[in-house]
Amino acid sequence: MKKIITCMFIIVSLLPPLVMAEQVNLYSARKEALIKPLLDKFTQQTGISVNLVTGNADNLITRLKSEGKYSPADLLLTTDVGRLYRAKQQGLTQEIAETEAISKLPNNFRDEQGHWLGLSLRARPLMVSAERVNGQSITKLEDLTAPEWKGRICIRSSSNIYNQSMVASLIAQQGESATEEWVNGLVKNFARPPQGGDRDQIKAVASGLCDVAIANTYYLAGMLSSEDETTKQQGKKVKVVWPNQGDRGAHINISGVALAKNAPNKVAAVKLIEFLLSDESQMWYAKTNHEYPVLAAIPWSDLLQSFGTFKTEQVPLGKLGELNSAAVQMMDRAGWK
Amino acid sequence: MKQINWFFGRFNLWLVTIALGCFILAAPIGLVFFSVFFPQTEIWQHLYSTVLTDYIVNSLVLAFGVGVIVIVIGTVLAWCIARYEFAGRKQLQWLILLPMAMPAYIIAYTYTGLLDFAGPIQTLLRETFNWQYGDYYFPEVRSLPGAIIMLSLVLYPYVYMLARTAFSEQPASLEEVSRSLGVSSRQHLIKVVLPLARPAILMGAALAMMEAFADYGTVQYFGLSTFTTGIFRTWFGLGNGLAAAQLAAMLTSFVVLLLILEFLSRRKIRYYFQGQKAQQVTRQKLTGRKTFWVPFMCVIPVFLGFILPVLQLFLWALKTYSKQVTSEFWLLLWNSFYLAAIAAVTAVMLALLFAYGKRLNPIKPIRILVGIVNLGYAIPGTVIAIGAMISLSWIDIKVNLFTETWFDFSVGLVFSGSLFALILVYSSRFLAVAMHNVDTGLARVKPSMDDAARSLGYKPLQILRSIHVPLMKTSVLSALLLVFVDVLKELPATLILRPFNFNTLAVKAFELASDERLMDAALPALAIVSVGILPVILLTMLMDRPNQLSSPVK
Repeated sequence: MKKIITCMFIIVSLLPPLVMAEQVNLYSARKEALIKPLLDKFTQQTGISVNLVTGNADNLITRLKSEGKYSPADLLLTTDVGRLYRAKQQGLTQEIAETEAISKLPNNFRDEQGHWLGLSLRARPLMVSAERVNGQSITKLEDLTAPEWKGRICIRSSSNIYNQSMVASLIAQQGESATEEWVNGLVKNFARPPQGGDRDQIKAVASGLCDVAIANTYYLAGMLSSEDETTKQQGKKVKVVWPNQGDRGAHINISGVALAKNAPNKVAAVKLIEFLLSDESQMWYAKTNHEYPVLAAIPWSDLLQSFGTFKTEQVPLGKLGELNSAAVQMMDRAGWK
Repeated sequence: MKQINWFFGRFNLWLVTIALGCFILAAPIGLVFFSVFFPQTEIWQHLYSTVLTDYIVNSLVLAFGVGVIVIVIGTVLAWCIARYEFAGRKQLQWLILLPMAMPAYIIAYTYTGLLDFAGPIQTLLRETFNWQYGDYYFPEVRSLPGAIIMLSLVLYPYVYMLARTAFSEQPASLEEVSRSLGVSSRQHLIKVVLPLARPAILMGAALAMMEAFADYGTVQYFGLSTFTTGIFRTWFGLGNGLAAAQLAAMLTSFVVLLLILEFLSRRKIRYYFQGQKAQQVTRQKLTGRKTFWVPFMCVIPVFLGFILPVLQLFLWALKTYSKQVTSEFWLLLWNSFYLAAIAAVTAVMLALLFAYGKRLNPIKPIRILVGIVNLGYAIPGTVIAIGAMISLSWIDIKVNLFTETWFDFSVGLVFSGSLFALILVYSSRFLAVAMHNVDTGLARVKPSMDDAARSLGYKPLQILRSIHVPLMKTSVLSALLLVFVDVLKELPATLILRPFNFNTLAVKAFELASDERLMDAALPALAIVSVGILPVILLTMLMDRPNQLSSPVK
């Protein structure tokens, strides 16, 4: 009897997902907890079921590529524009037909050929100690290389995509040599060898290990809205400083979606994209993960408003993907772990 | 002529089956080495002039550091448990194994949470003594020594298990001989006991070192530049998959070297189960101060490797469990459990097939084939997973083309898009664990038993079923349990290859932790540990059975 049951389980689990009337297959680099509730809502509203597999963006791209024309994937969701660019470069995407919802997006958040588009906005400003740093004393990323910041800067490893995109964006705007100089100067001022994630850098500022960190805002927001009192208090000791407001603006990135080249359920997939751009979903991102909406008309949550408004970089986001490898090599040379 | 004879003489079903099995299991590993034929000069120049030295030095220091520490902890513990009688010994012998159920990345998360600069302990110190940053020295958790300690804390049971069996199997007569020759008990330990146990200890250390080479979760979290982090950096950051595969091939070569060393160290020593039970050493009863400090010393690794992190996880989980224990959580638990169970059964069946084939046909081609498959253990899960993904997708595309041409119908991704892919990768990665167990079990069954059975007209398969399996039950069971625990903890391959809408506890814990939500990750992490404990306890019961015929080997 046991054997029969085991065999049945094996057989059932080996079967590909059953074909249903209408469905969308989603490869998502966004973690399940940060996308599933939205997908459930979509299914509730439209009756279209969504099959989800999450994972590292590059792994998902490799999977998409190796599956070729039989890939079941309709959409690829990533938390970084560089990966969307990479998927497009490898010929794994196709144009998303412009609908009314999509046309509302600012041009900067869309691929020129319409292969991918942004769903939420992420900003990477400076975070300084509210006690020890005067907000006026630092206004630009370039300030960080000054000798007065020696041993006072915390930032995570350069293996992290957010840092890679940030440096790539600088290369796009300032050129190779100016950026290389900046990276070298920054590394000299590190308080410790890079380690941990963005939250760890914020905590290090809060507890006095360093005075300024570079981190994405939603990590700070997550700490401020944490149920753990210690974490919350740590978050309160840190202040957001928007850099380069006098010139190019603060560094931003997007989480976005691309339509797979061989998408078997194209119509339903576009419906899901439209849903993710709807007011309801845009507000959900802001509320649940404290990311900024990509649509200007959507109001920000109180927490996001408390960080203040800011001017953003205007570099075409696709460039970030293009220059990723150059950025990594530059950080390797500078000894940024 | 001789060669042709050799070829046809040996051309039997075993060779064909094993070659086929090896081919399937080794294909993902082979793909990694195949990359060597596409040189990436520019990237390698860049790597060579910047980070390659770091990768090599850090990986070697990590692996050898872990090797040394696990040998010390594992051997000392094994000696105490096998040779001394003291209060709490019975409980300790299974407690000592518990850290095995703890994935290295989870212990790293919890210790960082505890000991980090912003963590409760250092904050308390600062508040109590009114210190600032720089006023005091506190060891940095997220460092190379930190990583060595984290990995050692969860890997020492490998050495312990093997060493313990080796110690308790040494017959009492050895000690009597030593004593009658006037050798002091310290000299007896150094000159007789340890040399005899050396192959077992080194094998355990080799396995631990292979795990250390392949570790990604811990080193990535600690921000260390090792081969594994370098592979991903090259692949994702520099966007060069081929150079990444070449790095992986280089890492694997280190492991091959390690395995050769291990093999050489035990080549000369080969013994079979004696058939009759030798008089075992009676455990010495501890007296005086030793009654206190021996148990105390034995508890330390368990406390650091298991009790303390579990407590921390438990405290975190208490704060978050209400929103996490949903029907989805039970599904995760079930998924993890049955996936690990299927993988364990598959891997052990394959291991039996290979081990037996090797025994029946001890010829070079088979030995080499089996050796290659054993390498999987040392290759980072991600690399094997990508290899499997590429090869299985290729097969899938061919299958679909075939069915479309002949039946006007496409079957979809039957291999790469299903649990088949996962089971294949688990088998390929953890076969070494199963093989080590089954092999040592089999080695203890005297070859003359085979001969006797053959002469009585038994077929090879019958011998396996009616003589070997009953004799090796313990080995087979421990192989099952060890693969089960390993698969339960396995992360990267599961993450990459799982089908739609399928999650496991490890995936969940990792997703939350990598989102820097350690507290939310505590509950799934705790669940992995709890599910993993059951087999560990079973394993200890097996090890403790009187008349055991073979011992578990990790």
